[in-house]
Amino acid sequence: MIFAIVRTAITAMRRDRASLALSFVLPVAFFSIFAMVFGKSHDAIPQVHVIVVDEDHSAASRKLLRGLMREGSLVVSTRPDSKDSNQPEYTTSTAEAAVRTGKVPVALVIPAGWGAHPIAFQGDQASGSEIELLSDQSDPIAPQIVGGLLQKAAMTSMPSSMASEGGKYMQQYLGGLTPEQEKRWNSNLANLNDREARRDAEPLMPADAKQKSSSDSGAGFGNGFIQVKSRSLIGEHQNKNQISFYAAGMGVMFLLFTASGAAGSLLDEQDSGTLDRILSSHVTMTTLLAGKLTFNTLLAFTQLVVMFLWGWAVFHLDFFQHIPGFIVMGLCTAFAVASFGMLLASICRTRAQLGALSTLLIMIMSSVGGSMFPRFLMPEAVQKAGLFTINAWAIDGFTKVFWRDMPVRALGPQVGVLLATGLVLFLVARRIARRWEMA
Amino acid sequence: MSTAAVETARPIQVQNLAKRFGSLIALDGVSLELAPGECLGLLGPNGAGKSTLIRAVVGRVRPDSGSIRIFGAEASTRAARQALGWVPQELAIYPRLTCRENLLAFGKYQGLSGASLTEQAAWCLKWAALEDRANDPAGKLSGGMKRRLNMAAGIIHRPRLVLMDEPTVGVDPQSRNRIFEMIEALRADGMALLYTTHHMEEAERLCDRIAIVDHGKIIAEGTRDELVSNAFGTRTEVVAQFAGDPARIEEWVRQRGGKIVAGAAQFSIDRPTEITPLLAAATDQGLEVDDVSLRRPNLESVFLHLTGRELRD
Repeated sequence: MIFAIVRTAITAMRRDRASLALSFVLPVAFFSIFAMVFGKSHDAIPQVHVIVVDEDHSAASRKLLRGLMREGSLVVSTRPDSKDSNQPEYTTSTAEAAVRTGKVPVALVIPAGWGAHPIAFQGDQASGSEIELLSDQSDPIAPQIVGGLLQKAAMTSMPSSMASEGGKYMQQYLGGLTPEQEKRWNSNLANLNDREARRDAEPLMPADAKQKSSSDSGAGFGNGFIQVKSRSLIGEHQNKNQISFYAAGMGVMFLLFTASGAAGSLLDEQDSGTLDRILSSHVTMTTLLAGKLTFNTLLAFTQLVVMFLWGWAVFHLDFFQHIPGFIVMGLCTAFAVASFGMLLASICRTRAQLGALSTLLIMIMSSVGGSMFPRFLMPEAVQKAGLFTINAWAIDGFTKVFWRDMPVRALGPQVGVLLATGLVLFLVARRIARRWEMA
Repeated sequence: MSTAAVETARPIQVQNLAKRFGSLIALDGVSLELAPGECLGLLGPNGAGKSTLIRAVVGRVRPDSGSIRIFGAEASTRAARQALGWVPQELAIYPRLTCRENLLAFGKYQGLSGASLTEQAAWCLKWAALEDRANDPAGKLSGGMKRRLNMAAGIIHRPRLVLMDEPTVGVDPQSRNRIFEMIEALRADGMALLYTTHHMEEAERLCDRIAIVDHGKIIAEGTRDELVSNAFGTRTEVVAQFAGDPARIEEWVRQRGGKIVAGAAQFSIDRPTEITPLLAAATDQGLEVDDVSLRRPNLESVFLHLTGRELRD
């Protein structure tokens, strides 16, 4: 009897071949995606983009800048377009603006006069100048990486300055050297200067080569000889938190599930014969799909409203200060996910196929698009792949609204991409839905 | 086409309709017409092509060739859709919506709105005897009630022509009678009906004319009496049950020009007096007669006569 039941189940499963295939493809696809995102992360540490503003223009600051440029984990910019050397360099204010708009997560400002006293011990007020680290706390990892690499770059790129400054401190705190000691000290300083001069003459390596060489070099330069003053440009004066990220990320992922499930009503109506009856009335396929799209868009938008209201009520998300941006981003996101659901429903022949295919695609989109973990933690290639997902654009838009306090007009790229995506997906769905129009 | 022309045109004019699904010929040159207020029954076994014909008329199947006109308008045009109502074989209703909500939804799909929609929904609920269940979800109705709601949804816009595709499938005899009464009420209102069934009793009770469909063709058409008369003339059927060796019985029945149907011997005779010599011959052959009856041929007999198969095959 059990054998008969098993055989019946196997036969039924075999009849829905697409669903059967997807049930095997699904775990393999997930395994591959996660292996790609996490498995390679040890070999390909995501690079941090950083702006360096050199207001000092001293030999020491130039050496430090070159040292930072040698770091494989950093992509250093000193001017908006690094290929155009005629373009003016970043200033403190333009660097701040770049961080605020999310162009880069971190900027370093080397103040004028820094080169005179490049190192200082903790609490040493006499040394004067500090390097300023401007950051956007939406990426909490980047400032840590830049801060650590700044110390490392200082030690490796300007050892003579370090030693010279160290000598001064030694004289200050320990008393003077004997003539013999001073002679050896100066000889070693001269050697260090020679080595630095030779290395400075070498051209900078490309990023991938830099990465290889940097993996051999030591770490642990976090305890600063270089005085750094950190300043969070976003989230510094307001009680901001990461809730908006989670609300947007999780929200979009579940919106995608809801939208594809709701669009599946087309398959139910096909099975029950209701679709035939509707299409035999004055309702055309375009009207029907447009009606479903409108409903699914409103459903998805309502879900977002509920989620953000919950975030406001429980997690103190400043929802009511961002209503216009939320409405714009919410509607555009809802439209895009609703169209995505319509496309899936029009492709699939059965509910089982829809369930398997939507799970596969939504999980891939959500993992690559940043719903599950921040995209800045992913390798560069995966970050770029994420731009092909609704999730990434939606999360970017909500981040602009809730994190960066940017006005609605700044949402242009996200709104444009989401609306265009929604429109294209809907048109493709309409094309595929021709199979329902007439036998 | 002018309004006057539409008014005077026939409800349905189908000419040489053909449809093939892969290697399967679903419709093979079907032609038929329906007069205003007339009920035409499409009688045939499952798979004969009845539903394909109906679906072609409502615009859900694209014919390979041939033409369909609804009150003179081409099928699938707005005028044609407005004029016809369709009751599909499936229960094409929303199970989570109440009866009234279902009717309102399908009414809107048919272009109704406002007071006329409300009035029509009320009329349909009354017609289907579902007034007391108007606010119950359709999914919680009995099978017969769902069928009635399914029918009501098909005529919410008061069409002048209704296509009913086996509307009594799966209902008990009592509900079937209720459905017959509903259909007769429509006919009294002057609606033309195209009614598919494989139950000859339904066709005989409801239809003015009957078209027998088999393998995608209309193989005979006319009133019940015309069909019987054309197939059998004035002949009468003798149905006899014999006891004994089945092979021997069958051989003798064949020799006498009869056939075995459902275990009974059937003969066609011109006059009732021929029955006595027939039974005497059986006795001479040593066959014992258990039961014998005389009956006029019916649609079942006509179908058997025309196709060599029973209607329910």
